[in-house]
Amino acid sequence: MTDSGLGEELRTRPDAGHGNQLYGPQHDVAGAAGHLDAPPRMGFFTDTSVCIGCKACEVACKEWNAVPEGGLLLTGMSYDNTQGLSADTWRHVAFIEQRKPMGGQEPGVSHEGVDVFDAASRLGTDPASPGPGATAPAPDTATAPDPAPAGAPAGQISPLAPDGRTELRWLMASDVCKHCTHAACLDVCPTGALFRTEFGTVVVQEDICNGCGYCVPACPYGVIDQRKDDGRVWKCTLCYDRLGVGQEPACAKACPTDSIQFGPLDELRERAEDRVARLQAAGVADARLYGEDPTDGVGGDGAFFLLLDEPEVYGLPPDPVVTTRDLPDMWRHAALAAASLAALAVTSFVRSTGRGRR
Amino acid sequence: MAECHPVGFQWVMEAKARGAKVIHVDPRFTRTSALADVHVPLRAGSDIAFLGGIINYVLRNEKYFRDYVVAYTNAPVILREDFRDTEDLDGVFSGLDTDNRRYDNASWQYEGMEVQAASGERDLEYDKRTTGGGSETEAARGEAHGSGGADIGEGEPERDETLSHPRCVFQVLRRHYARYTPETVEQICGVPQDLFRQVCELVTANSGRERTTAFAYAVGWTQHTVGVQYIRAASVLQSLLGNMGRPGGGILALRGHASIQGSTDIPTLFNLLPGYIPMPHAHQGEGLDEFVQGEAARKGYWGNMRTYLVSLLKAYWGDAATADNDFCFDYLPRLTGSHSAYETAMAQLEGVCKGYFVFGENPAVGNANAKLMRLGMANLDWMVVRDFSLIETATWWKDGLEIETGEMRTEDIGTEVFFLPAAAHTEKDGSFTNTQRLLQWHHKAVEPPGQARSDLWFTYHLGRIIREKLAGSTDPMDAPVLDVTWDYPLKGELAEPDAESVLAEINGRAADGSPLSSYEQLEADGSTACGCWIYCGVYADGVNQSARRKPGQEQNWVASEWAWAWPANRRILYNRASADPDGKPWSERKALVWWDADEGKWVGHDVPDFKPTKSPDYEPPPDAEAADALSGKDPFIMQADGKAWLYVPSGLTDGPLPTHYEPQDSPFDNLLYPQQRNPVRQLLAKHPDNRYQPSGTEPGSDVFPYVATTYRLTEHHTAGGMSRWLPYLAELQPEFFCEISPELAAERGLEHTGWATIVSARGVVEARVLVTDRMAPLTVQGRTLHQVGLPYHWGPNGYSTGDAANELLHLSLDPNTHIQEAKAFAVDIRPGRRPRGPASVQLVRDYRARAGIDENTGTE
Repeated sequence: MTDSGLGEELRTRPDAGHGNQLYGPQHDVAGAAGHLDAPPRMGFFTDTSVCIGCKACEVACKEWNAVPEGGLLLTGMSYDNTQGLSADTWRHVAFIEQRKPMGGQEPGVSHEGVDVFDAASRLGTDPASPGPGATAPAPDTATAPDPAPAGAPAGQISPLAPDGRTELRWLMASDVCKHCTHAACLDVCPTGALFRTEFGTVVVQEDICNGCGYCVPACPYGVIDQRKDDGRVWKCTLCYDRLGVGQEPACAKACPTDSIQFGPLDELRERAEDRVARLQAAGVADARLYGEDPTDGVGGDGAFFLLLDEPEVYGLPPDPVVTTRDLPDMWRHAALAAASLAALAVTSFVRSTGRGRR
Repeated sequence: MAECHPVGFQWVMEAKARGAKVIHVDPRFTRTSALADVHVPLRAGSDIAFLGGIINYVLRNEKYFRDYVVAYTNAPVILREDFRDTEDLDGVFSGLDTDNRRYDNASWQYEGMEVQAASGERDLEYDKRTTGGGSETEAARGEAHGSGGADIGEGEPERDETLSHPRCVFQVLRRHYARYTPETVEQICGVPQDLFRQVCELVTANSGRERTTAFAYAVGWTQHTVGVQYIRAASVLQSLLGNMGRPGGGILALRGHASIQGSTDIPTLFNLLPGYIPMPHAHQGEGLDEFVQGEAARKGYWGNMRTYLVSLLKAYWGDAATADNDFCFDYLPRLTGSHSAYETAMAQLEGVCKGYFVFGENPAVGNANAKLMRLGMANLDWMVVRDFSLIETATWWKDGLEIETGEMRTEDIGTEVFFLPAAAHTEKDGSFTNTQRLLQWHHKAVEPPGQARSDLWFTYHLGRIIREKLAGSTDPMDAPVLDVTWDYPLKGELAEPDAESVLAEINGRAADGSPLSSYEQLEADGSTACGCWIYCGVYADGVNQSARRKPGQEQNWVASEWAWAWPANRRILYNRASADPDGKPWSERKALVWWDADEGKWVGHDVPDFKPTKSPDYEPPPDAEAADALSGKDPFIMQADGKAWLYVPSGLTDGPLPTHYEPQDSPFDNLLYPQQRNPVRQLLAKHPDNRYQPSGTEPGSDVFPYVATTYRLTEHHTAGGMSRWLPYLAELQPEFFCEISPELAAERGLEHTGWATIVSARGVVEARVLVTDRMAPLTVQGRTLHQVGLPYHWGPNGYSTGDAANELLHLSLDPNTHIQEAKAFAVDIRPGRRPRGPASVQLVRDYRARAGIDENTGTE
């Protein structure tokens, strides 16, 4: 695939103007990028409610894509020692320990005799979903003898009785590049290293990237990242090379519980709607989809998620907006400003001339 | 299971999606708990009390499957008058010989049966006649007990089908478990009564005619001084509930490595031959016939042991094995004692064992009391380590802990160590036998790098070279090696033996050389050869059946064309029990196999685990033997009476009924009996580096107030040889850590991600601290108990390094299996890093002194 070819198509397509849309629903993302007769848009549906945190996706991704190891660091953030998506981590499993009722990870759970939701709501104002690492006690309580009665929880989030400890929830979720409908990284890339594939995914071409790094602040999710030793940017390709030969991405292939599902985005969205409806019907009120909505700030994600809590709990932005959404406006404003400045300059020149004449 | 068997756990998730309830019983809240409906944290080492409590609940509330229990278990059988239960003897059974730490099981037998003496030649009788009973227990009789079929003597036992006779098994069971009340469970296990009741209700509501419940366990149950009795407790429960031999039921042993199941089927164990035939012991004048008479149960399928053994001997020695020379039975090695891993280490320390092969194992950090393992290896003449990483077992002589502490100096160690690189499973052909007895073939993907070779290559060529060196020898000692069939075709540049030819040999051949398709075809006259009778059929029609990979969607739910399960490709063992005594399924919902009267045979979804044409009405004639001696209503065909045993009259060293004993090292007294520990647990010869700790209210017990347990993480594999060297895995769990509760952190001043030092009477280790709510303090016997979680993957070598949790463990073993008690012991934990050099040895000595430990502590 060559850039010039793409550009040629863009220029010659009658509806090419539609492809420059930077915001809002876009049903033919590959077509808008100039792919004629493109296959259906492919993506991931990551159902975190069945994730067992095995990290097979992280390892399979690195093995297939030859992603370097990211260093040895015991973070203390539960079992998460790779911390987040980066140039060297294209799939990342978050682990969140919560004092919340257990069982949200599956359908049809019942807690007869215990109003666990009430119990959860009585948790401290420091949210019941404190995020990674929050189970560690505050340093002062960790070193001082605990004055509380034996068996009472220590640390900051401790209003539950000791037997409330069984109301413990351990969320696990595998994060990945969202392959946005409106991908700011791609929009700002000056070299064309980032491009939209025929599958509607967003891929960096490592032999073209010049390491300018514009895309890094452009990503509303903080996904794309520069590798320190070579300066270029790296992220999930949705295994473009595997897709090309009819194989699913390595992470989805390795996932033992089908938490990571790969397929045509339309089908995945249907499946996800069905799944979340079933979970909610079974009483898992917190179940929600994230990134599936074509009307959201990025036009919907190619990789979307079923979450069991607020996105922030998983380290995801609650309402991401493509950072280039306002680019046309900005250009208009900039043009207006430039014009005003020019007018002002002219005016003042005229004035000063006039004054000079006086 | 999600932690250590994530791939298998997909089926638990599949079951959940169809409405199954998942209960997770574990001291820690793990990745399994996260996906379970109910998590039950309990004190490590208290599971028999927990399971006994459920058994009591089942009996007390009449929740057992009565028709199943009466027909298919030994519940109605009446016991001898002289049997005494733990109820009568303060926690021990009749027949205990305290001096020799063993049971005589004569009084455990059924009423009306002549006991073993009748058969005259049985090995236990050898024991009594030759040594007065003591030393031969050390000769590992325990393990051989179960293999070859536990014998129950001759005659017909007395029965009471109403289950009301005071000496019938059912009533004995009732009395035995009556004291395992919910209150006791709460006191011993730390499980609140409400939570316990919830488990009882879930399990019993999901068992019976229409529903079945499965138990899955791993080494959390086996690695105890009463490990076998843990599994037995589950067996009692599952038999009472009618959950054996039926779809969705069973007790599933989750194995610790790929093909650990295979390594007991075709054993790497010292006391078994392939297919669970016992290894012969050294006796004067014992020939093939005497051996079979002594070892095999007369009734049930073990009645065919001679057939299986002769076919094995023909596979080993081919034409050299003839009827005239007992098919070379004399060529088999003889046991003169126990040669388990730990006894081998002790023999090294004593200077008896001089050479050591280590294949794919890392005892220098992976075995209990790792220090003793290293001291043993330092006393060898030579050792060979085959692995694909330079593991601690290959380098302890230059950088082991004892070098640092000054206890050993490299220049003083005489052991010659050979390290030979090994091929990984992707670099060789072969089979894995998994937990459900499924043989799955794997094909070589790439050639092994450099000098790495497969274990098959190494073993074959070692044998070839030895045979070449011995060629022409007339020394009878060399005959077994020279006569052995050693003629596998070699492939490729590396001269790799053809793994399929080994599989074909295991499968067996008829007299004309054609592959056999069933063990029913085996003969006792030497006309058939078969390397492992239970694997017979894996190469049926000359086709590698284990390489079949027909997707599940393309066949029925039994999926019998995916790989091959032993025996005879049966997916569920003892599945005759899925039908009622008349041969009709207990319920349509749980139908698996059934009797088709019109066709005159057993039919169904799975391969029937029964003689296909034996009608439910069949009654054996009095002189019938082997399988013919079982009636058409006896599903448990490997048992001499065809029944599931709620009570074990013979076959176990440590009692006919599971009984709660405290672990060797425990902060608590045994609340149920005055007997604190398993009275016949296996203690090894006294050694200063294998001291035991005071327990319960004994003085000094409070020096080690916390219960510790070891375990694995998803990210690493066992002692780390396969994972610590891999950057992609090392970065996921980069360091040895301990998991503790916020309460324990507060009590001992431990900081999250800081360092902790953990001490036992054997050793000291340091670990990073992970403070987590997932470790819950429990209330046990009225006081708060904290538990310390210790993943055991680490050692000083490799990319991700750390101390080995196994430094802390003692060697007090399960007497049946010689397995260490890694899952429940007592420690102290304190903030900061451990001392280095001689000071670390001194720290452990100081702890021993504070606790008043001497060589007799904990050895009663």
